[in-house]
Amino acid sequence: MNLGPHADFIIASYAVTAFVVAAMVAWVVLDHSSLKRVLGDLEEQGVTRRSRSKGDA
Amino acid sequence: MALIDLANPTRFLRLVDRVLPWLAAATVIAFAIGLVQAMNAPDDYQQGATVKIMFLHVPAAWLGMMGWSLMSVAALGTLVWRHPLADVAGKAAAPLGAAFTFICLVTGSLWGRPTWGTYWVWDARLTSMLVLLLLYLGVIALYWTAEDPNRGSRAAAVMTLVGALNLPIIKFSVDWWNTLHQPASILRMGGSAIDSSILIPLLVMALAFTLLFFTLHLAAMRNEILRRRVRTMQLMQAQALQEAAI
Repeated sequence: MNLGPHADFIIASYAVTAFVVAAMVAWVVLDHSSLKRVLGDLEEQGVTRRSRSKGDA
Repeated sequence: MALIDLANPTRFLRLVDRVLPWLAAATVIAFAIGLVQAMNAPDDYQQGATVKIMFLHVPAAWLGMMGWSLMSVAALGTLVWRHPLADVAGKAAAPLGAAFTFICLVTGSLWGRPTWGTYWVWDARLTSMLVLLLLYLGVIALYWTAEDPNRGSRAAAVMTLVGALNLPIIKFSVDWWNTLHQPASILRMGGSAIDSSILIPLLVMALAFTLLFFTLHLAAMRNEILRRRVRTMQLMQAQALQEAAI
C-alpha cells in the first residue's frame, strides 16, 4: 500500500485515533473493575443498600 | 421486557450485561471489515491517499454531534420526566462525545495541512466544532465538580439544551457562510457526491464507530450506576458510624 507523499499525516491520524479509542476503552474497563472492588469491600463490611432488602438487586 | 422496566437500574444492568459482549464483538468485526476496506479504497483523484483520513474524520464528526443530540434527549428526560436513567445516560455520554469531537478536530487538522496548506483556519465549521468540544468540557466539569450531584445534573442538563443550539450551526455552517471546509457531500439533497468505492468503506467505518460509541456508552452507564451505588452505601456507612458514636 503506497500512502504517497503525505503518509506522515495519514499515519498520524490513525495513530491519534487508535490512542484515543484505546484510552476510552481502558477508562471504561479500569473504572468498572475499580467500582466492583469498592462495592465488594463495602458489602464485606456489611453495608447494604435499602432497596436490596426489598428484593430489588 | 417492557421499555418502562428499563427505568429500573438493576434491570438495566442485567440487560447491559447480556448485550455488551455481543455489541463489543459486532464492533470488532465492523472495524476489521471497515479498516480492510479503507486501506484498499482507491486514492482520490485530487487528494490522493490523504482521503483515507476521511474514514476517521467523518464518523468522528458524526458521533461528536450524535453524542450531544443523545445528551440533549437525556437532558429533557432529566428536567421534564426526571427519568432515573436519563441523567446517567447524559453523564456517561459526555466524555465519549468529547473524545470523538477531539478525534474529528485532530484528524481534520492533519487532513487540512496537505489539502488546504494549513492546520487550522477560523472558519465557521471548524470554529463551531471547537465550540462543541469546549461545551463538552464545560458539561463534564459541571458533572464532576458539583458538590450536590442533583444540582450538578440539572445545571448540566440546562447547559446541554442551550448547547444544542450549536448543532444546526455546525451542520449548516458550510451553507450559511463562505467556509474553507467543503459543503456536505454525503447527507445532501440529490444524493451522495462520493463514488461508491469510497462511500461504502466510509459507511462501514461509520457503522463501526457508532457500534463503538454505543458499546462504550452502555459500559459507561453501567459504571455510573455502580458509582452511585457506592456513593449511597458510603453515605449509609458514614451515617451508621455517626449514630453508633452518639
